[in-house]
Amino acid sequence: MKIHIKNGRLIDPKTHLDRKADIFVAAGKVAAIGAPPQNFTASHEIDASGLIVCPGLVDLSARLREPGYEYRATLESEMEAAIAGGITSLACPPDTDPPLDEPGLVEMLKYRAMNLNQAHVFPVGALTQGLLGENLTEMAELSDAGCVAFSHAEKPLDNALVMMRAMQYAATFNLPVWLRAQDASLSRIGVAHEGEVATRLGLPGIPTCAETIALSKILRLAEETGARVHICRISSAEGVEMIRQAKKQGLPVTCDVSANHIHLSEIDIGFFDSNCHLIPPLRSIRDRDALKRGLKDGTIDAVCSDHTPVDDDAKLLPFAEAEAGATGLELLLPLVLKWAEESKVPLVDALSRITSRPAEVLGIESGALSPGAAADLCIFAADAYWKIEPRSLKSQGKNTPFLGLEMKGRVKCTLVGGRIVYKANPS
Amino acid sequence: MQGQINKNGELQHLLTIEGLSAAMLHHILDTAESFVSVTEREVKKVPLLRGKAIFNLFFEPSTRTRTTFEIAAKRLSADVINLNISASSQSKGETLLDTVNNLSAMHADMFIVRHAQSGAAHLIANHVAPEIHVINAGDGRHAHPTQALLDMYTIRHFKRDFHELRVAIIGDIMHSRVARSQIHALTTLGVPEVRVIAPKTLLPKGVEHLGVHSYHDMSKGLKDVDVLLMLRLQNERMQGALLPSAQEYFKYYGLTPEKLALAKPDAIVMHPGPMNRGIEIDSAVADGPQSVILPQVTFGIAVRMAVMSILAGS
Repeated sequence: MKIHIKNGRLIDPKTHLDRKADIFVAAGKVAAIGAPPQNFTASHEIDASGLIVCPGLVDLSARLREPGYEYRATLESEMEAAIAGGITSLACPPDTDPPLDEPGLVEMLKYRAMNLNQAHVFPVGALTQGLLGENLTEMAELSDAGCVAFSHAEKPLDNALVMMRAMQYAATFNLPVWLRAQDASLSRIGVAHEGEVATRLGLPGIPTCAETIALSKILRLAEETGARVHICRISSAEGVEMIRQAKKQGLPVTCDVSANHIHLSEIDIGFFDSNCHLIPPLRSIRDRDALKRGLKDGTIDAVCSDHTPVDDDAKLLPFAEAEAGATGLELLLPLVLKWAEESKVPLVDALSRITSRPAEVLGIESGALSPGAAADLCIFAADAYWKIEPRSLKSQGKNTPFLGLEMKGRVKCTLVGGRIVYKANPS
Repeated sequence: MQGQINKNGELQHLLTIEGLSAAMLHHILDTAESFVSVTEREVKKVPLLRGKAIFNLFFEPSTRTRTTFEIAAKRLSADVINLNISASSQSKGETLLDTVNNLSAMHADMFIVRHAQSGAAHLIANHVAPEIHVINAGDGRHAHPTQALLDMYTIRHFKRDFHELRVAIIGDIMHSRVARSQIHALTTLGVPEVRVIAPKTLLPKGVEHLGVHSYHDMSKGLKDVDVLLMLRLQNERMQGALLPSAQEYFKYYGLTPEKLALAKPDAIVMHPGPMNRGIEIDSAVADGPQSVILPQVTFGIAVRMAVMSILAGS
């Protein structure tokens, strides 16, 4: 299929391109920008007048709930949600049931995803068997099976010796280790940021030091082992500052933040809104503002959706008993655009946090528009408002703190490997 | 969404003291005052809630609170149904809202809810039919508004005016829904100085944001205090590295006659019960002349009658 996308505003964060130009797609790749290549006859034309054409989005954390939690969501429903959100590549954490700790499971997930033929799925393998924090997984084999990185998802990995060995072993094969910084003993019973709101509502707290103590351990071990470390979903001002210093010292560390956390704080819990029960917890306004600044100055490399579909029944419980998480695939782009507008970040920079930068973290080619690159594209209307409500979301998870709000930025068309996989209904 | 005030500005539910006006609190206390005489009559009944079905929904064991609600409802001529849920539905896997929906279908007019999780009463109030009222009888560590109201009634009864008082809340503030509701009530009613006294392990982070001063030393914290609000110290606090022993706690934070002497000579001592004698309070104080612990219980019935009648009238 040869596609001519005309009259769009092309934004390619990788090359800092931002101009009105046509783009030509052939054989699954970007064939040319500006003028058509020789002998190009489009079989399909997309009129992108008034729209932005950018690389397909790359999401570093999306739970697809397979295998094991199909009652919450299936690969089919969540892949639909991904492409409707303009996401063409996504990494899924290993906390499935069973966890992604065996090559067979990873191959099955890759195979199921490939058959759906939508976004590219990059499984993140379990760092230890069963995510129990004791024995290492067969990381090299898992990598051959398709794992792009190794993590411990939300399961505690408090044993520093196991963490050090895991990093050493991963570094042996140059495999990245992704970790979320949270000390298990300091956060075991907590459900909200230990601060003003948790104190007022009588909710058990998770102190900021649960993040900084774990982060300090991870950074020192990264230094010790030479492992490539990525910090998932940083949540505190102190944490951001530690990453900033580590980067300054030349440590090969990268970091992401959830799209929820750059907009929300503990205050949004209000009177026990279980949609704001998230992991990590929403922290103070000061923390949120530091996350925004860290994202702007590049300390934080990427924004992820932290997509975690939860069914209604699991949310209709007292706050602490309600399951943590929010749907996010379809909100990633609007939330990043909102941040860009509020923080006065040029669009080309803002989009890099959900395209080229996470692609670098993942070590994939995607996230660029230059000729020869895979034609994974997202075409969106930056000024189109839409209301976040259950029926406007394709994901099986309908719970988000942003429910009922109007958001700006609607994906009109998504291409994966030069194929149109999603087209919004004309409205 | 708080949702305890309806669009006419009336009390639809009583979930927390937070956000209620001083006028509303005084209205409840005034109404309670009118019921105190009822409870002293030979026929202790008024027909205000005749024909109403009130469900005592206790997901957590309680004797005193449940009984005083039951007595209050009966004195208002309501039909009271007591449900001890921890022993039935919950163990069969029924969710909180399923339980509530089933009871709503039995035409309940009011739910009185006690639950181990903070926010349980809010959740129920947000999902019941608009004609049903919910009273929070204690949710996790969050709130116990009727206890705080009866405490305010007691303070007003003995001290008359809130505006020149120094009040100290002593003990396990961290895990206490009573303390949180007392703090909101005291600050709303204009008490100029509210103190909390506890070791650092029993004070929640940022408690000063609620408008209190924190103390770790009884000799400083009790100085010139008019009202002492003692809290119950649960035995399980000796686990989880919060406290080393009951003995040490009593030595430093237990209210003895010697420590009470640091407060004003006419200071009153209150306790929400049940008391742990010899842990947070010495029997000589609990049974002493400054103790108003038993009047608290008596006033508790009138205060709960007041809350129920105000809700039913909204």
